Amino acid sequence: MSTLQIEIQLIAVVVAAACALPGVFLVLRRMALMSDAISHAILLGIVLAFFITEDLSSPLLILGAAAMGVLTVTLVELIVRTRLVKEDAAIGLVFPVLFSIGVILISKFAGNVHLDTDAVLLGELAFAPFDRLVVFGADLGPRALYLMGSILVLNLLFIIIFYKELKLATFDAGLAAALGFVPLVIHYVLMGLVSITAVGAFDVVGSILVVALMIAPPATAYLLTDRLARLIGLSVLFGALSAIGGYWLARGLDASIAGAMATMAGVIFGLVYLLAPDRGLIAIARRRRRQRWEFAQTMLTIHLLNHEGTLEAVRESRVEHLREHMRWDMTFARRVVRYAEQHGLLRDEGGSLILTDEGRSLAQRAVVT
Amino acid sequence: MNLFDLFSDYTLRTVALGAGVLGLVSGALGGYAVLRKQALLGDAVSHAALPGIALAFMLTGSKAPLVLVLGAAIAGWLATLLVISIVKTTRIKDDSALGLLLSVFFGFGLMLLTFIQRTPDAAKAGLDKFLFGQAATLLASDVLTMSVLGLIVLALVALLWKEFKLLTFDPAFGASLGFRMRFLDVALTTLIVVAIVVGLQTVGVVLMSAMIVAPASAARQWTDRLAVMIGLAGLFGALAGVSGAVISSSTTQLPTGPTIVLSISVLVFFSLCLAPNRGLVWSWARRQRNKRQLRVDSVLGDLFTLAQQHRDANHAHSISVLRAMNAGRGGVKRSLDEMRRLGWVQQVNGHEYALTQLGRAEAEKKMSQSEV
Amino acid sequence: MNERNASSAIEVTDLTVAYHEKPVLWDVDLDVPPGVLMAVVGPNGAGKTTMIKAILGLMKPAAGQVLIYGKPYQEQRKLVGYVPQRGSVDWDFPTNVLDVVTMGTYGSLGWIRRPGRSEREKALAALDQVGMRPFADRQISQLSGGQQQRVFLARALVQEAQVYFMDEPFQGVDATTERAIVSLLQALRAAGKTVVVVHHDLQTVPEYFDWVTLINVRRIASGPVKEVFTDKNLRLTYGGRVAFLSHNGAGEMAVKQDV
Repeated sequence: MSTLQIEIQLIAVVVAAACALPGVFLVLRRMALMSDAISHAILLGIVLAFFITEDLSSPLLILGAAAMGVLTVTLVELIVRTRLVKEDAAIGLVFPVLFSIGVILISKFAGNVHLDTDAVLLGELAFAPFDRLVVFGADLGPRALYLMGSILVLNLLFIIIFYKELKLATFDAGLAAALGFVPLVIHYVLMGLVSITAVGAFDVVGSILVVALMIAPPATAYLLTDRLARLIGLSVLFGALSAIGGYWLARGLDASIAGAMATMAGVIFGLVYLLAPDRGLIAIARRRRRQRWEFAQTMLTIHLLNHEGTLEAVRESRVEHLREHMRWDMTFARRVVRYAEQHGLLRDEGGSLILTDEGRSLAQRAVVT
Repeated sequence: MNLFDLFSDYTLRTVALGAGVLGLVSGALGGYAVLRKQALLGDAVSHAALPGIALAFMLTGSKAPLVLVLGAAIAGWLATLLVISIVKTTRIKDDSALGLLLSVFFGFGLMLLTFIQRTPDAAKAGLDKFLFGQAATLLASDVLTMSVLGLIVLALVALLWKEFKLLTFDPAFGASLGFRMRFLDVALTTLIVVAIVVGLQTVGVVLMSAMIVAPASAARQWTDRLAVMIGLAGLFGALAGVSGAVISSSTTQLPTGPTIVLSISVLVFFSLCLAPNRGLVWSWARRQRNKRQLRVDSVLGDLFTLAQQHRDANHAHSISVLRAMNAGRGGVKRSLDEMRRLGWVQQVNGHEYALTQLGRAEAEKKMSQSEV
Repeated sequence: MNERNASSAIEVTDLTVAYHEKPVLWDVDLDVPPGVLMAVVGPNGAGKTTMIKAILGLMKPAAGQVLIYGKPYQEQRKLVGYVPQRGSVDWDFPTNVLDVVTMGTYGSLGWIRRPGRSEREKALAALDQVGMRPFADRQISQLSGGQQQRVFLARALVQEAQVYFMDEPFQGVDATTERAIVSLLQALRAAGKTVVVVHHDLQTVPEYFDWVTLINVRRIASGPVKEVFTDKNLRLTYGGRVAFLSHNGAGEMAVKQDV
């Protein structure tokens, strides 16, 4: 691997990790779509700040964009508070306007500058290493690496310092407020961080892929663990994997790196969704199958118990009857009976089903739940 | 450019017609999406359509609108299906599922698009416009395709009007009546997907969701009837489509999607502020009126109390006494003026006020009401 | 259908419902004669709503069957009216009272056909019955909770059913509406209809209803209020969560459910 390749991958990994950190809390707090809104709206902030500074590398761009992100959140909340539209519609009303203004300003007035709509959507990861940070003539490496590295550190510090508060505000906002932590402050600081991260990443991977890197890795990790610390760790890991996998995929196809990173994030999610040990589709299907048998068997014992010692017991406890009342077909009914017999729950006495003590206690236990 | 151009200029007419049709269809169907709280599903569907368009082109090598629209619709549908199944089978909530699907599909689409663009520019030109929309490139044949699809969609909505209303308002009750709600759900979602993909070429995948959410949100403020709302949403959508497309295709360097979105957003803004009853200006005016009414009532009550204490019902009282009784509420003078206009009080020796016959009767009425 | 009692209005056998393979309703049997007003009571999460939804085919049961007047529910759908929980719909939906009530006629209209004059008249008549006719043109978001409930009742009346299932019609309504609903239910019973009501207030069961089913995942008891609404059955249904004031002077039982 050349230095260039290593640098690109390094930047990609740092971006992915920086995005995954606030993303975890967006996913947990059910605000994933705020990242969509923010990552679109910041474009306007960048453009406006650019018109003022005329310098794409000015730190003012980050401030302007972050302010626009917080403004988006505020606007959405204002509209929701009028109760004229529902929250999802409010999000869908706000960010297209801000984004549209941004796009129009770019295409009308910034056509000659290094800021076009393609860059907005795709970012320019492949070119990022060419923009070097040079101090006193010494080449310290790609500027993007330092920028995103700082943002990563900022996010990390925020999470480490306010870990307890974040955890509380995320899982129980009411309790957090009662205990004196201010969930609203946490909320806005988090949104500010999402904005800053989005701005930083925007230049590298473009607006919509910021959303992919913020949402996909945490959503994937959420399928694997309940513990917040592990969730954060796994999210960063999946983000980094998407970054490196995406780079090589893009290289193989000679296509957009950012697009390929999002694709890889999706592929990783898909694999985990299928294969996760407890919550994966395959695990679920397997559990369902086993449960179906156990469920049917329990149902049978309860049915027999309910009618035990009553007049109609003789009729209700026949296999043929199961077909009629439980809506089971004959084959299924026979298999359930055999399954239950094997587990020692009942005896078949000449077509009449009699519960064993074990079967009776299973039925009683099931009914109590 | 003037209105006359719209009718004489063939290209402009085509563009305006196409954008109008798209606005009409997406506005009307968006009404259902918003009422079913699926406003952001449009966002997912439109973004997800991009890889569908790219794949359709890669597989067929054709840029015929019908082929691309079909690819977009299939991809959009697939994304919807995945969102639903992820929400149903995992603990991931719908917001995360939507965000995940829209960004991953879109990223995949961009990757394919850049992959296609590697090949000489000829192929690229056609697909790029799907990002932000390019109304100026609409051909008469595109508009024809869009119109036919749009007409079918609207005809089905009209045909299944009662069923879709039931589905949107109370699906459980509908199912108890024996209607097949699953089928209706699939049908309506399909129609919404078609409405979205029909507009992609004009508005672009990035902003198409606004054409679903915005016209309906504006229309909802003006009416309390479903039929009127759906009709208005279609009308607003068409208006925004035509004006946005015309403005953008008569100006250089102005992408159509953002222009249309700004047009419809202006409509939304006015609707939220000005619509009778629900609009912000109206509810503000209503609150002011109530506040004024409360102030008048309290001054009336005070005057009545003073009059009773004084035996002489016609005894006049200084405004400063009333101000003291109403400490902190203010607006005493305004209330008195209002009451004088109504003939409830009369002004005596400059700064003193006394209840009239009418005023006393009004005060007694109010007292007896508040006692009940 | 062999020995089955075709004179039952509702006959449920071995109804079992599972949600994510977890049982919410276990092997429930019910036999409700025509012309009774029946309360379904049980603690929260006992499966009351689930039972109604499963009977109406809104949830797929894991086992069991439902007969309405001796025939499977699917064939008798036109005989059944349904009042869902008031909170199950968005009352900000853009429509008015008359329109909602007219939805009760959609079942008999079938697919595609639109309601016309006669449907409108039926809806207006039903609104008369619940005292809501003056509100016919009112937007539904402007109704009070009690008025919303009456609108839902009117919609069910329009169905002209023989058997009614109502999910918590007394939830959050004012005293006037509660009295109005009770007299309406009694009028339905007097007309020979069967009404099944998911109910929360144990106190009023003996006063309002003549038949009761107690469930808590399993059916605890079902029958005439006088016979089955007993200390023992309530204790079985609610466990320790019911404080019994025991039998008061009038020989009626008063019960208090603490939360």
